[in-house]
Amino acid sequence: MGSLQLNHVNKSFGATQVLFDINLDVADGEFVIFVGPSGCGKSTLLRIIAGLEDSSGGEVRIDGSRVDAVPPAKRGIAMVFQTYALYPHLTVKENMSAGLKQAGTPRDQIEAQVAEASRMLSLDPYLQRRPAELSGGQRQRVAIGRAVVRKPSLFLFDEPLSNLDAALRVHTRLEIARLHRELTATMVYVTHDQVEAMTLADKIVVMNAGRIEQVGSPMALYNNPANLFVAGFIGSPQMNFLRAAAIGMAGAETIGVRPEHLTLSKERGDWAGKVVHIEHLGADTNVYLETEKAGMVTVRLFGEVYHDPGETLWMSPAEQRFVYRFDAAGKVMR
Amino acid sequence: MSKATHSPLRSIAAHAILLTYTVIALFPVFVIIINSFKSKKAIFGAPLSLPLGDAFSLIGYETVFKRGDFLLYFQNSLMVTVASLVLVLLFGAMAAFALSEYRFRLNTLTGLYLALGIMIPIRLGTVAILQLMVASGLVNTLWALILVYTAQGLPLSIFILSEFMRTVSDDLKNAGRIDGMSEYRIFFRLVLPLVRPAMATVAVFTMIPIWNDLWFPLILAPSEATKTVTLGAQMFIGQFQTDWNGVLSALALAILPVLILYLIFSRQLIRGITSGAVK
Ligand SMILES: Nc1ncnc2c1ncn2[C@@H]1O[C@H](COP(=O)(O)OP(=O)(O)OP(=O)(O)O)[C@@H](O)[C@H]1O
Ligand SMILES: [Mg+2]
Repeated sequence: MGSLQLNHVNKSFGATQVLFDINLDVADGEFVIFVGPSGCGKSTLLRIIAGLEDSSGGEVRIDGSRVDAVPPAKRGIAMVFQTYALYPHLTVKENMSAGLKQAGTPRDQIEAQVAEASRMLSLDPYLQRRPAELSGGQRQRVAIGRAVVRKPSLFLFDEPLSNLDAALRVHTRLEIARLHRELTATMVYVTHDQVEAMTLADKIVVMNAGRIEQVGSPMALYNNPANLFVAGFIGSPQMNFLRAAAIGMAGAETIGVRPEHLTLSKERGDWAGKVVHIEHLGADTNVYLETEKAGMVTVRLFGEVYHDPGETLWMSPAEQRFVYRFDAAGKVMR
Repeated sequence: MSKATHSPLRSIAAHAILLTYTVIALFPVFVIIINSFKSKKAIFGAPLSLPLGDAFSLIGYETVFKRGDFLLYFQNSLMVTVASLVLVLLFGAMAAFALSEYRFRLNTLTGLYLALGIMIPIRLGTVAILQLMVASGLVNTLWALILVYTAQGLPLSIFILSEFMRTVSDDLKNAGRIDGMSEYRIFFRLVLPLVRPAMATVAVFTMIPIWNDLWFPLILAPSEATKTVTLGAQMFIGQFQTDWNGVLSALALAILPVLILYLIFSRQLIRGITSGAVK
């Protein structure tokens, strides 16, 4: 239980359409992540799945049955919000039991379920506090706890970590991964953050301007992007795009090579460029080069490498399979 | 913090201005209260002196309690004010919630229509209101006043509350929906507590004009059984002779209940500003 199907889902706000014909299959127990630029409709889609927003067309199925007319509380879902959205006047414990109370669950069962969730997320010391007396990270753990308590078959997360600082984000990310393993529930998760997407997901859904661009496992998207958008969106630093004509390659409109797939040499290579800037990140080094015809190119080298700005270097793809060719419409050519 | 805000000169100037304003605002109240404790001769002889020695007299309060049924007038005023206040806050908040929370056709237009009453004084409609009340048999009942005051208070209440309700986090309401709360429960348990400061503001702005109003009690409910305090106090003011002791004592007494209500709401006003709902 906990599978999710979206069939031809559309959504318009007044005259502006924000989702176009969304089709998606999520198997039971899968961890699916929606990524895409700001405003592409990720939250709207999540809210449609939750039942907080009506779709303008198409159907949503949870566990195989249509839920378009089912209120959010009856869909067997739980949602974690970016702003935590804890009830300010209730204690942590009351926050966590609110949903079960509404559903009329027996008191001892509520106690047991709250105790279990609280143990899982180490919330025991805070149970009697109010949200105002917790730090941001603790509040988000409570919000996750509130979702866990309800034992939903489908978890929905809308950018749950984006209000946390970097260290807490890593920590909470691990916590969510552990939860997914322990609960074996289906999770749908929205994020801006590539690292979150690559590390947590079984399946990534890349969205752009209200459309799904590509669906696949993290490595499938990395290795076989379907188009320019996905190629540019997945991977950091971004893939280098060079106009094929400018570098004398026929038969394609754009050539793409990831920064980590380029090698640098002082003597020979495919394209020459002048070092503009160099960034030392410790484990690796990013070199930015200005080429004569193809614009800026980023090269990511492993370890410590030193070059002087102004130096001319030659770069070439490490292997031919790392060179992506895109046609005029932006589609990858095979 | 910058040094400028701590300079003693600035602080003294600010306090001087505030104190001056306080004195100006409170002076009439002060004069009413001291004179209500004085004999008639003392009121006219030395209006600004304190009620000490010979000047002290409770004659005003005696007349107030002897003539007319002042306790009843108080009760009427209090009932009208509290009932109108409750209705204004309840319906105002509900309408504001609908306007700020739900997308429906003509939402903006409805909001504008409801706010129009802020600019159009309800007294312009007095004749029509009187006809309406006569036709529905509500003349000389407290209901006539309660209904009119509710109508009078709603526009401002809807306007202020809907602005505040827009600031309540959507996520919080959605969390409530996912937990299975009904829209009513979301409104009463999640949204209302968060807009409590705004409710207190609206309550104060609504309450004082109602309590002080003379116009509608005089026109819609002048009977002995439905008189309000402000109307009751008028009986001491005659065409040829005014019983100033009576007027001043009645007014001094009329300040009390509204002062108490104000104190209650202003406490709410301060207490309501604490919450940890969202970051
Ligand atoms: N209530 C609404 N009325 C009108 N337009 C809306 C409404 N809610 C969202 N939109 C529009 O729908 C589009 C998608 O919004 P959505 O919030 O789903 O984006 P998102 O992908 O979650 O962005 P972000 O990453 O910034 O959260 C946006 O262009 C937004 O302007
Ligand atoms: Mg969003």
